Amino acid sequence: MPVPTPEEVERRKKLQVWEETVSDQASTDFPGHWPGENHEWNLEHFKKTFRVQFHPDGNDLLFAKQHHDLPTTRHLDLVFSLIGLDASITNAFRRIMIAEVPTLAIEDVFIYQNTSIIQDEVLAHRLGLIPLCGDRSTIKTLEWYIKPTEGEANPTEATDKNCIMLHLQVKCEWKKGGLEKAAKGETDPDELYVNHSVYARDLFWTPLGEQEEWKTAEMIRAVHPDILIAKMRPGQEIVLRMHAYKGIGQDHAKFSPVSTASYRLLPVIDILRPIVGADAKKFARCFPPGVVGYDKVTSEDTRKYPELVGKEGETKAVVVDPMKDTVSRECLRHAEFKDKVKLGRIRDHFIFRVESTGQWDSDELFLQSVKLLKIKAQRIKRGLDELTK
Amino acid sequence: MPEQVEDEVIVDRGEIDEVADRDRIRVLAGATETAASFQFDGEDHTLGNALRYVIMKNPDVEFCGYSIPHPSENKMNLRIQTYDGVNVYTVLEKGLNDLMDICDVVEEKFTVARDEHFADKMQT
Repeated sequence: MPVPTPEEVERRKKLQVWEETVSDQASTDFPGHWPGENHEWNLEHFKKTFRVQFHPDGNDLLFAKQHHDLPTTRHLDLVFSLIGLDASITNAFRRIMIAEVPTLAIEDVFIYQNTSIIQDEVLAHRLGLIPLCGDRSTIKTLEWYIKPTEGEANPTEATDKNCIMLHLQVKCEWKKGGLEKAAKGETDPDELYVNHSVYARDLFWTPLGEQEEWKTAEMIRAVHPDILIAKMRPGQEIVLRMHAYKGIGQDHAKFSPVSTASYRLLPVIDILRPIVGADAKKFARCFPPGVVGYDKVTSEDTRKYPELVGKEGETKAVVVDPMKDTVSRECLRHAEFKDKVKLGRIRDHFIFRVESTGQWDSDELFLQSVKLLKIKAQRIKRGLDELTK
Repeated sequence: MPEQVEDEVIVDRGEIDEVADRDRIRVLAGATETAASFQFDGEDHTLGNALRYVIMKNPDVEFCGYSIPHPSENKMNLRIQTYDGVNVYTVLEKGLNDLMDICDVVEEKFTVARDEHFADKMQT
C-alpha cells in the first residue's frame, strides 16, 4: 500500500490563495481519494498527530482594559491552535460554544413600578442581555427550568434549584439644593439629581432557600458594573424583580457564553525566489508588522540562485511569523513579487480565539463543547440501540 | 395530514431517557441493509457535518452525506450507502464511536496543553 512522503503530506495540507481565487480548499484524506492509499480512520494515528498549542495572549490586555468585576486570574480571552483535526469537527466545537453551552441569564422580569421613560418590554430586554457572573461551581449545579406551556399538568416551578432571583429598586430624586442650582442654569445631571442613571451594578441578588449557603462564595452579579440600564429624572422610579435561569444560545443569544468564538487557518507564505535590496523592504511593508523580517544573502544563496551572484551581504526578505499575517494578498498586487511568492493556509491548523462574556473561562467553555459533542453522539447511539433492539 | 413539527430546542437535560432518544431517530422509507437515510430530530450542522466526516473515513462506505431539509424544521437527514454486504447500522454506530474517541483525545490533549500554558504564565 503506497504511503505518501512527509513532504507530500505537508503539500496536501496547503490551501492556496491566489490574487482573486482560492484552490485546494477541500480535505482529501478520505479512503478512495488517493488511489491505493489507506485513509481509514485510525485512532492511534490521530493520537500521534493531533496537537494543541496555546499562544501567548496579548489579548489579556484587552480584558485588563475593560472595567469589570472579575479577578485577573480568570482567563476570558484565549488564543490556541488545534492542529491535525478536520474542519467539520473543529466547526462543531465552535458552533457548540456559541449556541449550546448553557449559561445563566435573566429571563423573567416582574415589573412592580416603572415610571421611567424606557418602556417595560425594552427594559426587560436590556436586563436579559446583561452578562451575569458568580461562583462557578454553584452555577454549575443549577438545574434546568422548563417554561410551562399553557394547560400543562405538572408545570416546572421556579425554585432555589433552578432560579436565581435578582432585584432592582431605584428612585431618582433631587439632590439637596439641586432645584436652586437648576434655577441658576446648572444642567449637569450629576450636580442636580441622585440616581439619575441606573447601572448594572444596582442589580442585587436575593438568595432563595438553599442559596443562602452560597453566600459564602462569590455573589451573583453583573460582569460589567458600568452597563447603563436606564436614565431617570426626579420622581421617576424603577422597582422590579428578575428571575435568571439556565439556558442555551440556540434559544436566545443572551444565553451565549461567548462574545466571539472563532477560528482561522494558519497562513503560509512561501518565498519561491529571493527578494533582495529595496524590494525586500517593499515586500515587508505588504504584510502586517512582524510577519516578514530581513536577513543577509549568504554564499549558499548565491550558489542556489544565479541572479544573486555578486549580491552577497545584501538584505533579503524572510518570513518570521506567518501567524501574524492577515492574508491581505497585498504582495500579489505588485508585479515584481507576483512570481516570487506563493500564499496559502494550512487546512488542518485552526487558530481559535475564544472570548468569554465573563460567566465561564474560555478554556472551560472549550472543554464543555468537547463534552457536549460527545454527549450528542452518545444520545444518538442510545436511540439507535433502542431502534435496532 | 403533515406530522406535527416539534419546534422547541432539544437540550440534553442530563437525565437518560432511552425512549425519547429512540423517538428522535427515524429511518426514512426505501431503506435497505446497505443504503439508508436517517432522520434525527433536534440536530443540525454541528453533529451532521462531524458525523458525515467520520463516516466517510470508513472504507466500507460508498457514500455519506447530510442535509437540513428545511431551515425552520429542527431536523437533520443523514444518508449512508455502503459497499457490498456491510450493514448501515454498524457503519453508523462505528461513526458515533469514532466521534466519541475524537472527543476524548481532544479533551485530554487540550487539558494537558492548557495546564502547561497556565503554569508557564504563572512563572513569568
